[in-house]
Amino acid sequence: MASDTKHLEITLETQVESVNLAEEMCLRVAEAAGFGEDDCYRIGMSVREGVINAFHYGNKERRDKKIHLAVDLTADKMIIHVLDEGAGFKLSDVPDPLAEENLLSTSGRGIFLMRAFMDEFDVVSGRTGGAEIVMSKKLPAPGSTSPNGQGGQSATPQQEA
Amino acid sequence: MSLHATHRDAGPVTVVDLSGRIVLGDGSALLRKTIRGLLDDQRKKILLNLADVDYIDSSGIGELVSGFTAVKNQSGDLKLLHLTKKVRDLLQITKLYTVFDVFTDENTAVRSFG
Repeated sequence: MASDTKHLEITLETQVESVNLAEEMCLRVAEAAGFGEDDCYRIGMSVREGVINAFHYGNKERRDKKIHLAVDLTADKMIIHVLDEGAGFKLSDVPDPLAEENLLSTSGRGIFLMRAFMDEFDVVSGRTGGAEIVMSKKLPAPGSTSPNGQGGQSATPQQEA
Repeated sequence: MSLHATHRDAGPVTVVDLSGRIVLGDGSALLRKTIRGLLDDQRKKILLNLADVDYIDSSGIGELVSGFTAVKNQSGDLKLLHLTKKVRDLLQITKLYTVFDVFTDENTAVRSFG
């Protein structure tokens, strides 16, 4: 890890409250890093979805398993890791929520939203054997402004998947 | 901010005024309970007013879809009113904007139920 990287790590219980806690923690880091309101919304939503994924699909809502959240703030981006203690999964096995037959599905949109809202997104095999979501957002350019007067990009979500 | 829900009659239509966040946990559960309660009372023309809902996560989206399907399965209709920009963007990128009937005017929405 580069010496100018700031690192924050927290272990969360497998419970619904952890989703809000993770979101709030990452929002504070994002705001301190200079992200504007729109990007903070996207980062917060992505963290929520990552932790929901770990809570529900990874750890199967089992209270004896943990969710490991880490944030790295480098010179040019904010990197978020969400690691569960489940069996892991392959991105290629995740159904496309935009497919006609899945449009009325009541679940399965979390991965899609993280991909849409973050600049980089991947799922790797973590040290626990579970899935590790790794996603990042580029820091706003110094002096850049968004409509809310802070650094950031436009409000329209970017669709990548 | 937790979710709050109240409902009122607009002719044969039940308008549900929601405020707060529809997210995993209490928010999604309250939306589910509200819609199921209305169906139990044979209120099958439901208009969800989302003017004061500025945040929905994937669990909330799932609950909207679940409610929509439950109402349709009882030959009813569930429509949406007054989406905030964030919610509209979310429904657009998930392609659900084309699934739901969405309105910006309450009278027009109520009349659309027939």
